[in-house]
Amino acid sequence: MIGHLLSAGDLDARSATLILDTAAELGNLAGREVKKLPTLRGRTVVNLFYEDSTRTRISFEAAAKRLSADVINFSAKGSSVSKGESLKDTALTLQAMGADAVVVRHPASGAPHRLAHWVEGSVVNAGDGTHEHPTQALLDAYTMRSRLGRLAGLQVAVVGDVLHSRVARSNVLLLTTLGAKVTLVGPPTLIPVDVAAAPAPGIAVSYDLDAVLPASDAVMMLRVQRERMGDSYFPSAREYARRYGLDGARMRRLPEHAIVMHPGPMNRGMEIAPEVADSPRSTIVEQVANGVSVRMAVLYLLLGGKA
Amino acid sequence: MTAYLIRGARIVGGEPTDLLVRDGVVAEVGPDLAATGAQVVDAGGLVALPGLVDLHTHLREPGREDAETVETGSRAAALGGYTAVCAMANTDPVADTAGVVEQVYRLGRAAGLVDVQPIGAVTVGLAGGQLAELGAMASSAAAVRIFSDDGHCVADPRLMRRALEYVKAFDGVIAQHAEEPRLTQGAQMHEGEMATRLGLTGWPAVAEEAIVARDVLLAEHVGSRLHVCHVSTAGSVEILRWARQRGIRVTAEVTPHHLLLTDEKAVGYDPVFKVNPPLRTAADVAALRTALAEGVIDVVATDHAPHAVEDKECEWAYARPGMLGLETALSVVLGSQALGTDWNAIAERMSRQPARIAGLVEHGRDPAPGAPANLTLVDPAARRVIDPGESASRSRNTPYAGLTLPGRVVATFLRGEPTVLDGKAVR
Repeated sequence: MIGHLLSAGDLDARSATLILDTAAELGNLAGREVKKLPTLRGRTVVNLFYEDSTRTRISFEAAAKRLSADVINFSAKGSSVSKGESLKDTALTLQAMGADAVVVRHPASGAPHRLAHWVEGSVVNAGDGTHEHPTQALLDAYTMRSRLGRLAGLQVAVVGDVLHSRVARSNVLLLTTLGAKVTLVGPPTLIPVDVAAAPAPGIAVSYDLDAVLPASDAVMMLRVQRERMGDSYFPSAREYARRYGLDGARMRRLPEHAIVMHPGPMNRGMEIAPEVADSPRSTIVEQVANGVSVRMAVLYLLLGGKA
Repeated sequence: MTAYLIRGARIVGGEPTDLLVRDGVVAEVGPDLAATGAQVVDAGGLVALPGLVDLHTHLREPGREDAETVETGSRAAALGGYTAVCAMANTDPVADTAGVVEQVYRLGRAAGLVDVQPIGAVTVGLAGGQLAELGAMASSAAAVRIFSDDGHCVADPRLMRRALEYVKAFDGVIAQHAEEPRLTQGAQMHEGEMATRLGLTGWPAVAEEAIVARDVLLAEHVGSRLHVCHVSTAGSVEILRWARQRGIRVTAEVTPHHLLLTDEKAVGYDPVFKVNPPLRTAADVAALRTALAEGVIDVVATDHAPHAVEDKECEWAYARPGMLGLETALSVVLGSQALGTDWNAIAERMSRQPARIAGLVEHGRDPAPGAPANLTLVDPAARRVIDPGESASRSRNTPYAGLTLPGRVVATFLRGEPTVLDGKAVR
């Protein structure tokens, strides 16, 4: 296993599968009355969050606590960071306190890579700017595998603001590593020009959601930031919803077995209609539960071997 | 004044000969000159070049003396073989008045290590709103001839047209930082595969090319001189080639780093590789090398941009763009193989042509009897490993740390006085 989890690209098929298999075993724990393992007793996991993200933070917190690790939540608001402390100084502080793992969420792409230079513990990227969110990709892969029984050969449509999406980047890397085919769907303004011009093997690009749906095993709807409208990426929320939102009619174009995913938080009525979000095809709540298992597996594999 | 007898130097790569330097000029050139009273400098195996001239240096003084001062930057320049540097206007306060350019000019004179020729801002405060008092700067003691808002583009086409026209009255030139700002909002690195992979906002090549194209057309329309700073894309080269064929009066520079490094360097998010314009692709690097060899790009300029440690030891997006360049420029040009070891071409691109553009008549002249003794001695056979800790700059942001590069500056003379001897700064 690797020392840090900075990018989904750090994982080869074998280590990614090991995480998913471990998550499956640890997931059984959730059904038990006592949901705790002693594995990481005495180890310290710091949640270093420079952006508000309640769901990701509590998911990591639950994961660490179920493995009996000590958890320190370090939020950038109301801390030394708001007094202008640099990332390096924060890192050295955490290092001095003996953090075994630092889970970092940061608005700047690559901040976890920088952090990894300054701390000895394992760094887990919990979302960096418009770069990556590798544990989200792992939990998405886990969800697809448990619902659809496999990943190799699956057709996955990733729909929406691919340009700014760390979820999309990590999913593209992980899914192609695990043998799935990804079609990126969105308005041309929200697909990187280099990707559209020459998609990598295993990747396709489409601007037509209706055409992609009938052949998709899973469709992943990305959150669209409303402020993108001000930057002329698309004219209006209504036009976006009309062309790229997943409503009931569109959902019925999917094959019978296909699932609908969303990393949350959703804009109901924008990229996804309530009818779809609440349908049996939707895995959105399951994704949250799986997130804890996958993050337990990541922490376990990063830290477990070092005890 | 001490006289110096330089023994066995190959002037611009020619046959070995002796040079006698006395009273600020090259007094004699020829074989086996008598040493009478002169200090002898053994230049066996060394190439003598006219002192290098940098059209694009950030000296940071006034305002950011923690990153560089006129004196420390001058010392770094001398160690790089330079005898003159043009100091960019983006200081604090901005060099947009006669007072500030004269201050920089005097600080340069006081340091006495290279001639510091201030560049004046085109617009007040580099804000792109109204013309600075260009004429006052031109007639000041600093005799400014180059004007630039470098760091910012003169984006307003009407203002650019006026600036190009206005400076004709005193043979000035506008040096444009070509970057359409609306296309580079939040930009962090070259827009392309690497930026997509790294999740960093892209700086598209077209943002440079659109301005270069516009500006050569404006220069043609008003019959003015235009200089394009730090050309970084293959597309800009094509536009410049077209403009030169049309007879438009445009000159252009390329930085050493754009001749050697690519956007692949961003992979670890180390902001030492963050620069504006950003490092581009291997295809761009190849096009820039060819353009420099052909003369479509006629100058190498360093864009030496010192930054304090805290401005680089941080997240990529929060880091300031820019890299050191003065002490490594010649080695990087040699290492890039853009000009091979064609010393005449190197002298042309790094000394004579920049001196012509800047109007520095004392510089850019090959060592010959009667010429000002502004020259540098280079050991072409030497190889050196770049150690940021050894830099004479106050900053450490060199992108070449640990690289082995060819060539070493052994000595530099400014008006007959050594500023560098045995590869070390004299003071």
